[in-house]
Amino acid sequence: MDIVVLVKQVPDTESLVQVADDGVSIKKQDIKWIMNPYDELAVEAALQIKEAQGGTVTILSLGPEKAIETIRTALAMGADQGVHINDPAAEGSDSLATAKLLAAALKDIPYELIIAGHRAVDEDNYQVASAVAELLGIPQVSMVNKVELTDGKITCHRTIEGGTVVVEASLPALFTTQRGLNEPRYASLPGIMKAKKKPVDVKTVADLGVDAALVGAANRKVKIKSLRLPPERQTVKMIEGEAASDKATALVKILHEETKII
Amino acid sequence: MAQGVFAITEQRDGELRKVSFETVSEGRRVADGLGTELTAVLLGSGVDGLAEELKKYGPDKILVADDAGLAEYTTDAYSNVLAELIQSSDPAVIIMGASAQGKDLAGRLAAKLDAGVAMDCVKVQLENGNLTYTRPMFGGKINADVEIEGAPQIVAIRPNVMDITEAAKNSAIEKPAVQLGEVKTAIVEKKMETDDKVELTEADIIVSGGRGTGGDYAGIEALADALGAAVGASRSAVDEGWRPHSDQVGQTGKTVSPTLYVACGISGAIQHLAGMSTSKYIVAINKDEEAPIFSKADFGIVGDLFELVPAITEEVKKVKE
Ligand SMILES: Cc1cc2nc3c(=O)[nH]c(=O)nc-3n(C[C@H](O)[C@H](O)[C@H](O)COP(=O)(O)OP(=O)(O)OC[C@H]3O[C@@H](n4cnc5c(N)ncnc54)[C@H](O)[C@@H]3O)c2cc1C
Ligand SMILES: Nc1ncnc2c1ncn2[C@@H]1O[C@H](COP(=O)(O)O)[C@@H](O)[C@H]1O
Repeated sequence: MDIVVLVKQVPDTESLVQVADDGVSIKKQDIKWIMNPYDELAVEAALQIKEAQGGTVTILSLGPEKAIETIRTALAMGADQGVHINDPAAEGSDSLATAKLLAAALKDIPYELIIAGHRAVDEDNYQVASAVAELLGIPQVSMVNKVELTDGKITCHRTIEGGTVVVEASLPALFTTQRGLNEPRYASLPGIMKAKKKPVDVKTVADLGVDAALVGAANRKVKIKSLRLPPERQTVKMIEGEAASDKATALVKILHEETKII
Repeated sequence: MAQGVFAITEQRDGELRKVSFETVSEGRRVADGLGTELTAVLLGSGVDGLAEELKKYGPDKILVADDAGLAEYTTDAYSNVLAELIQSSDPAVIIMGASAQGKDLAGRLAAKLDAGVAMDCVKVQLENGNLTYTRPMFGGKINADVEIEGAPQIVAIRPNVMDITEAAKNSAIEKPAVQLGEVKTAIVEKKMETDDKVELTEADIIVSGGRGTGGDYAGIEALADALGAAVGASRSAVDEGWRPHSDQVGQTGKTVSPTLYVACGISGAIQHLAGMSTSKYIVAINKDEEAPIFSKADFGIVGDLFELVPAITEEVKKVKE
């Protein structure tokens, strides 16, 4: 089965994220960049399917020059080839424009299955994957923690509030990952060596035949007006007391009388 | 020109979900601010009773798409029907919940309508006729104020954040003909946890336990019971196999926004804070006075959770009597 995995490079979740001087973007220099954690689950899922049934795994990523590192990481895990949409004109695209570029690239890549993360932990948009599925006219199942493939069909366990629904979709289809799906493997040393020789196709906006007036920071539909740090909480009020029961009484008194929660 | 506000509601198994009241209430505020009409939109099968219930929150109109094919949420049927309703009414703003359903639907609708989406918003502000949406990004390390160009503007609100306001109206109910369109997915099974369990993202109070519990959740569960709260967990607790994945709060788990979040034996790693930092009040219980969680909490107690949690449970029971 030919599988395409959508992978994004994002700041390490430990990174200190600071607002840049322009007030609408973040300072990029001190950040460590990693593969979006949900996309690691997606790569792992693709590799497991490939191992069971054969086929190819292609990594598709839109991102700056540096994003090649993340594509190589996925290749080192065991994916076969990469497609890197790398064009300054595409930088700063919002979710829909990103989806348009990814969908355009997917016109030239054979696939029966597309796997993506259900969110990228940078802008936390939760949208690109479903927009890609719509633009390609294929079904989608999101937040999947278990998946089975049987003749031309995919069965996904989708997590919802308070439970799980089992959804069946015809192929080609797209699904997005949720924690619990698998434990992503680490790239092995031989894997890293091999990855260096695997092919990565680089595409520009023009190569994809997408109108440059639809993409990039200047053409966002969702305009960022300002970025700021979230409001600070008041300083913590530490509850003192001799015995545990004294502290408990004091806490419950506050919750009852001051905050009126209990 | 596009005008009016749509509030997309959610129902499951014959009940409206709480986020529906939040979308309609927020929709009412936005529509009043813009001086325009609010339409509540309800999809389902045999949902007349639920439409009646929505009147309480004051929509001018309730659009009901009632069809056997809409009994369960599927991306294709729901997005097809919604896109058609939206195209024929041409609203300026569409408000939905950033729930499992809303997160699945938003991108799909955006692509169908060529519209911008502000996802998981915690605040909607109107100034000089312009709507600004505040949304946490980077796991809540940054708040962004965004505006959306063009119409419709799609905004998904974080569950449990917006106020629910009753403002009953004798709303007109319309039941347009429904075209499901091409549906390529089918729900083959639904497995719900026991009904009496409060869902984390909708809970008013959450008692969460981390590695400090050592896997013993009896005390946490008893406190949660006394408070009518849901139980949450850190990723470490989930990785240890002490709690299911569905309990995990944080950057790779659920984003929750309860009135009260009680963190017991949780150190307060940045990825955990990402999932609960918009809680109204945070109480931290930790034996290490240096634990980072204290710098993000409103109230803190240093001590052993195995002594403190049962003591708090007793106090709560006394106060509740
Ligand atoms: C990409 C990525 C994503 C992640 N996503 C998440 C996520 O979604 N959610 C999440 O929670 N984590 C996440 N993490 C993990 C996170 O970094 C921390 O490792 C995790 O939150 C720690 O869990 P903890 O606080 O339970 O455990 P610890 O950090 O081990 O803290 C345990 C705490 O319990 C206290 N304690 C011990 N015994 C007692 C006692 N008897 N009484 C009172 N206090 C006691 C200790 O003082 C300590 O502060 C993620 C990490 C990465 C790298
Ligand atoms: N620039 C990108 N390149 C490749 N895939 C992406 C990109 N942005 C988002 N995705 C995919 O879409 C998922 C959801 O992202 P988002 O909608 O940004 O939260 C991610 O987990 C990726 O699988």
